[in-house]
Amino acid sequence: MPSAVALTVNGVSVEVALGTTVAVAAMQAGQPCRISVTGTPRGPLCGMGICFECRMTINGISHCRTCQILCESGMKVTTNE
Amino acid sequence: MSAGAHDVAIYDVAIVGAGIVGAACAYESARRGLRVVMVDRDTTGAGTTAAGMGHIVAMDDSEAQFALTRYSQRLWQELRSELPDDVEYEQCGTVWVAADDEEMQEVERKRDYYGERGVTADVLDERLLRTLEPNLRSGMKGGLLVPEDGVLYPPCAARFFTQRAQERGARLQFGVSVGHIGESRVALRDGSEIRADIVVNAAGASAPDLTPGLAIKKRKGHLVITERYPGFVRHQLVELGYLKSAHSVSSDSVAFNVQPRRTGQLLIGSSRQYGAEHKEVDHPMLVRMLQRAQEYMPGLGQMSAVRVWTGFRAATPDKLPLIGPWPGDKSVWLATGHEGLGITTSLGTARILVDQMTGAKPEIPIEPYLPSRSAQEHVHA
Amino acid sequence: MSSSARQKFEVLVVGAGPAGMAAAARAGESGVHVGLVDDNFSPGGQIWRGGVEGGNPQAAGWMERLQAAQVVKLCGVRVFHQPETGVLLAETKDEICELRYDKLILATGAREGFLPFPGWTLPNVMGAGGLQAMVKSGLSIRGKRVVVAGTGPLLLAVAAGLRKHGAEIPILCEQTSWSSLARFGLALAGQLSKIIQGLQLMKELAGVPFASSSWPVAAHGKEALEGVTILRRGKAETVACDYLACGFHLVPNTELAALTGCQVEDGYVRVDEFQRTTVPGVFCAGEPTGIGGVELALVEGQIAGLASRGRSTQARELFAERRKLKKFAAALEDTFQLRPELRDLPSAETVVCRCEDVPHSRLRSYPDWRAAKLQTRCGMGSCQGRVCGPATRFLFKWNPDSVRPPIFPARVEGLAMAVSGPELEHQEITGGCQ
Repeated sequence: MPSAVALTVNGVSVEVALGTTVAVAAMQAGQPCRISVTGTPRGPLCGMGICFECRMTINGISHCRTCQILCESGMKVTTNE
Repeated sequence: MSAGAHDVAIYDVAIVGAGIVGAACAYESARRGLRVVMVDRDTTGAGTTAAGMGHIVAMDDSEAQFALTRYSQRLWQELRSELPDDVEYEQCGTVWVAADDEEMQEVERKRDYYGERGVTADVLDERLLRTLEPNLRSGMKGGLLVPEDGVLYPPCAARFFTQRAQERGARLQFGVSVGHIGESRVALRDGSEIRADIVVNAAGASAPDLTPGLAIKKRKGHLVITERYPGFVRHQLVELGYLKSAHSVSSDSVAFNVQPRRTGQLLIGSSRQYGAEHKEVDHPMLVRMLQRAQEYMPGLGQMSAVRVWTGFRAATPDKLPLIGPWPGDKSVWLATGHEGLGITTSLGTARILVDQMTGAKPEIPIEPYLPSRSAQEHVHA
Repeated sequence: MSSSARQKFEVLVVGAGPAGMAAAARAGESGVHVGLVDDNFSPGGQIWRGGVEGGNPQAAGWMERLQAAQVVKLCGVRVFHQPETGVLLAETKDEICELRYDKLILATGAREGFLPFPGWTLPNVMGAGGLQAMVKSGLSIRGKRVVVAGTGPLLLAVAAGLRKHGAEIPILCEQTSWSSLARFGLALAGQLSKIIQGLQLMKELAGVPFASSSWPVAAHGKEALEGVTILRRGKAETVACDYLACGFHLVPNTELAALTGCQVEDGYVRVDEFQRTTVPGVFCAGEPTGIGGVELALVEGQIAGLASRGRSTQARELFAERRKLKKFAAALEDTFQLRPELRDLPSAETVVCRCEDVPHSRLRSYPDWRAAKLQTRCGMGSCQGRVCGPATRFLFKWNPDSVRPPIFPARVEGLAMAVSGPELEHQEITGGCQ
C-alpha cells in the first residue's frame, strides 16, 4: 500500500502523503486553485467547503471543491477558467 | 388624511410599480417632459423583473404580439450603445429548436412569417444546428436562427431606466406600500397620498390588487442558474413546443428554454403554473422543467446549479398586455399583463402609453392593447 | 449520469461534528435506525477534524458510541434540498440520494467569519480554522511564518496547533481589548475545565507575541502573500510571513434550518428547551442555535437526540449542564464583539464579494442586501453569500436573508430527481465511511 500519492496540478508533478486533500496538493505545487472573475489568483480560504475558492477541475470535471477531496494517484488537476 | 398639513405636490403621472415596465414608462414620461413620480413596495426590478429571463425576442403568436415585440426589439437595438455594461445586452440571437418533422414544418412557417415582415430568419438543418449548438442532443431535426434577438440582465435594465428617469426629474419612492389608487390619487399605506393627473398601474402580477376587476392571473415560473460553463450554449435556445406551453390557459406546463449569460452561466427555464400563490420552489414543477431541459441538452445534468428561484408573470385572457386608459376610472391607466414578454416589450409599452397620454401618434396600432377592449363590466375605483 | 439511492431513517442527523455525533449516538442508543450525514469524508466536523480516529480521546469515545449504536454514517454526502416535508435530497460524487426521515436533527455547525481588508484575497491568506483544516489535510507548515489574527478563542487553539506542527508565529493579533479579555478570563474562573484548558494553552503558546486591540490592515504580495501590516498600539507594523490565518469569530450555518422552514432569529435557529425548532419533528443543536463551543454542542446534541426519541426525563438531566455552558457562550458573544474600526478596513477597491469580485465602492451605496445583490451580483456566486453575507451585515448593517434551494451548488440531475413514494424500498447508499 503506497504511502505517497502522485498526481499533477496544472502539469506540475506533486507527491503527497496518503490522506492529503487536492487543495493542499495545489498549494504544495505552488499553483493557484482558481483565477477570479477579474483575473486574480486565488487559493483556499475556509478549508471547509463553503467559500469555493478552492474549486478546480479534476480529471475533466469542473467546479470540484478540492479541500474536501482526497488525492488519488494519477489525478489530473487544473485551475478553473 | 394630510390635507393642509404640508404641500401635496401634484404630478402629471404617478407610476405604481418600478419593474422593467414601470421603469421604462417613468423614463419615457420624464424624457417627454412630464412630471413623474414612481413608487414601489421594494426597489426597482426586484419583483417579477428579477425572475425574467431577459430574452429580447420578436414573437409571432399573433399579429398584435409580433407588432409590439418587433417594435420594442428595434427600440432596444437603438438603445444598445447607451446601455451600461451591467445590463449585459448581447445580440446572441434565438435558435428555435425542432425535435421532429412536425416542428420542422413550424420552422418553415415561422421563417415565412418573419420573412414577410422583415425579420431575418434562417432555417437550420440537422447538420447546421449541430454546428451552431453542438451540445443539443443528437437527432434534432433542425431549427430556425433569428439573429436579431438578444438577451440582457433585467434588474440592471430596470435600474438603468429608473436612473434615466431620475436624471430627467422623476421622483422615486421606494419601500412604500400602496393601499389604493384612483381619482387621481395614490394612497399609501402609511396614510400619506400622492396626487397625479394620471396614475399608471404597472404593478404586474399584483395589478388586480390595485384595480379590482382586472382580468390578470398570476402565472408562476421557475428558473435555475448554473455555474460558469462558457461556450456551452451560444444562442437563446427555445423549443418549438414553447408556444404550446405559453398558449395553454389552464394547465401547468414546461418548455425547454436555455440562455447563455455573459458570465458563462446558463439560465434554464421555463415553467408555467396557474393558481400557485406562494413563491416557494415547487419541486414537482422543477423536476418536470429540468427533465425537459435534459431531454434537449443531456449535458446539463452534470452541471452545477447554483440557485433556483421563482416569479409571477401577469397573464391576461387574450395573451396581450393592457396599455392605455382604464375605463373604470379616467385617471387610472394600465401598463401591465405582459406575461412572459415584459422585458422585450417594456420599451414599446412605454412609448405607446406616453403617446396616448400626450396625444402623439403611436408608431404601431394600439387597439389590440387597449384596456377598453375587454367586454367585461368594470368596477369604479 | 449518477445513480440514485434512497434510505429511510427514524432519525436523520445532518452534520457529524460534536453535536451531530452526540445526537446520533443518543438517538441510536434507543434502538432505532439512525442516519448521520456529513459532506466531509470523515466524521468530526471542524473541531474534531482528524480526531475521531484516535487523535482526540473525546471524539474517539463518541465515535465508539456511534458504532455501538449502529448509526449509519453517510460521509461525503452533501444535502442540498428539501423537496417535501420528511425528505432531503443529497449528492455524492456519483449518486443522488433521497433521505427520508421521521425526525430530523440539524447539527450543521458554524463557519468562520471573514472581514475584507486590502489584500485579503491573496493566496495564503486563509481563515484561522481554514489554515488549521489545511494542516490537518496534509499541508506542511514546518519552518513557515504564520501570522494569526482576528478574534475569538479559536485563534489561540489554532496558534497552538500550528506551533505543534512546526510553524513560527511572529505575532497573534486579537482585536478585542485587554480589558475585555481580562473580564472573559474572570468569567471562566468559575469553570475548572476552562481554567485547565487555558493554562494548557498558555504553556503551548509561551513565547508567542500576543497583541490585543490589534488587527490586520493590509496583506501584501504579488502572486501570493509575502507580509501583513498590522495595527498594534495604534501603530502600523509590517510583518513578513508565509501565511495569514485570519478569522473573526464564527457564523452559524442556518441555511438548512431556514430551508426547512425553521424560524431563524437574529441569525440563530430558535429552539425550545428540548432543542425543538418551530417546525414539528425538526430539532437543532450546537452552533446554529448559538456559538458556544464543543462542550455545549455535545450537551445540546444529546438533548436533541434524546428528545427526538421522546426521552424527556433523560434529556432534562442535561439541562443544568447546558445552563452552565450557555453562560460561557454568552461571555464569548460579549467579549469578542467586532470593534467599529474594522468597518474602515476595506478600501474602495477591496473586493467584498469574492465569488463575483464586487468591490466595496460598488456596494456601499445600496440600502439593503437584496438591492445590492440584484444590481451587483454580490452574493450570487457559488458561496451564495456565505462569505460576503456576514461581512456585509457587519460593514453595512444589511440583513442577508432569503435562502433558496439548492443550499449548496448541486448537479442539475439532482434537482431534477422526482421524490419517490414513501413505501419504496430501502436501497443502500454506496458512499459511506468506517
